[in-house]
Amino acid sequence: MGLRTPPLYGRHEDRGAKFTEFGGWEMPVEFDSITAEHTAVRESAGIFDVSHMGEIELSGPDAEALLQRLTTNDVSALDPGDAQYSTITNEDGAILDDTVVYRMPEGDDVDYLFVPNAGHDEQMYERWTTHRDEWGLDVTVENATEEYGMVAVQGPDAPDLVAARAGEDVLDLSPFTAAYAEVAGVDCWVANTGYTGEDGFELVFPSDGAGAVWDAFASDCQPCGLGSRDTLRMEYGFLLSGQDFHPEENPRTPFEAGIGFTVDLETEFVGRDALAAQQEAGVDEEFVGLVLQERGVPRHGYEITTPDGDTVGEVTSGTMSPTLGEPIGLGYVDAAYAEDGTTVHVVVRGTGKRTTVTTPPFIDQ
Amino acid sequence: MSFDVPDDLYYLESHEWIDPQTGRVGISDFAQDELGDVVFVELPAEGDELDAEDAFGVVESIKAVSDIYAPVGGEVTAVNDTLEDQPELVNEDPFGDGWLVELDFDEAALEDLLSPDDYRDQIA
Repeated sequence: MGLRTPPLYGRHEDRGAKFTEFGGWEMPVEFDSITAEHTAVRESAGIFDVSHMGEIELSGPDAEALLQRLTTNDVSALDPGDAQYSTITNEDGAILDDTVVYRMPEGDDVDYLFVPNAGHDEQMYERWTTHRDEWGLDVTVENATEEYGMVAVQGPDAPDLVAARAGEDVLDLSPFTAAYAEVAGVDCWVANTGYTGEDGFELVFPSDGAGAVWDAFASDCQPCGLGSRDTLRMEYGFLLSGQDFHPEENPRTPFEAGIGFTVDLETEFVGRDALAAQQEAGVDEEFVGLVLQERGVPRHGYEITTPDGDTVGEVTSGTMSPTLGEPIGLGYVDAAYAEDGTTVHVVVRGTGKRTTVTTPPFIDQ
Repeated sequence: MSFDVPDDLYYLESHEWIDPQTGRVGISDFAQDELGDVVFVELPAEGDELDAEDAFGVVESIKAVSDIYAPVGGEVTAVNDTLEDQPELVNEDPFGDGWLVELDFDEAALEDLLSPDDYRDQIA
């Protein structure tokens, strides 16, 4: 099967973007340089095409019940217009995906929308419909991924940029809330969310309006690719699905992955009992930040050892932080080594590099 | 996009170049562009002996890590220490200040390398 392409593919090609395969999609990885794009988001603003993210729509009387049983957070806490970070776990409590769940406004055709990661939309659609049928719930599930485009406008200038195009009302949206607004004549679902650690918004819109929305921002905003999205999220310690956790290659529970706040054990969901047991017993390994004190760059798969050379974990993400100019990484270590300030080694091409365990974010919020 | 391919150098399929006059070795304009922002360069020591096509060092960009291969065998006679503090020179001036090492080598070995035209064809 060929790669899926976002509705803005032609725009990116014309702008001279380099592309990469990600989750079955051909997406822009870099427009100018990762450093330039990263810096723009930290200091002014950047726009990302994130149309590779999935969109699954739920409607019907049991929409909430189905979500409640397939995600770890408490969906019933959402008011219309609220967004919620959550995870989808298997029976063992291992994360299959992380997601944002939106409760849509009253009177909308759709009751809930959730956004799986790139390439997970079909799997999630299967999971939702299979369980719906098994549990006999009355809910319509639609995989609307191909119908929508999505961009993220992120950075300290992002709220003003979005307000200038979508109206001042968006400035009233508190974090993790959303509303409809028109941008360049296109009806957009505008959410005060993002994955860069900066202020900003994510906009979801019908794919035939993607060009108009992108163009409305492109002249005032640095176009950014997945490369800088990756370095930005790493500086805040945000997980990357498929890399910092993977259901088969590196199964991790929300507690191990440092996102226990997405788990509400008062609700009934797939994986709840396993997670309740783990919360009781405590985790053996923890997700931590790593700052190398010597020259070298930590990368996915590099071993973490004690200074004596005993293996105590593995790096799952790493880069040279563009903001700090220091090599940073994320990974899992034995709980005994997870405390801030602990010295471990990251093995870079056979040599242990002195590394300090640090709780992310690596930069001031 | 067109890339600079100086006519007075020899090239490797893996994108290294060597200056036949000075024995200076680096990576090509195409290679630095593919890698993106270079953040770290690991090089051998002066006096190290290399065989042709040995992985003798590493260039790391923000997104990737790449081995660098010796275009010819020989002894390392100089190392560009400036790159320790300014690895970005590899991006900014890959055929100039971004050079990596100098080798004392046997000129006969150049026959196995790509001419500028061959290399242009490869990256076209």
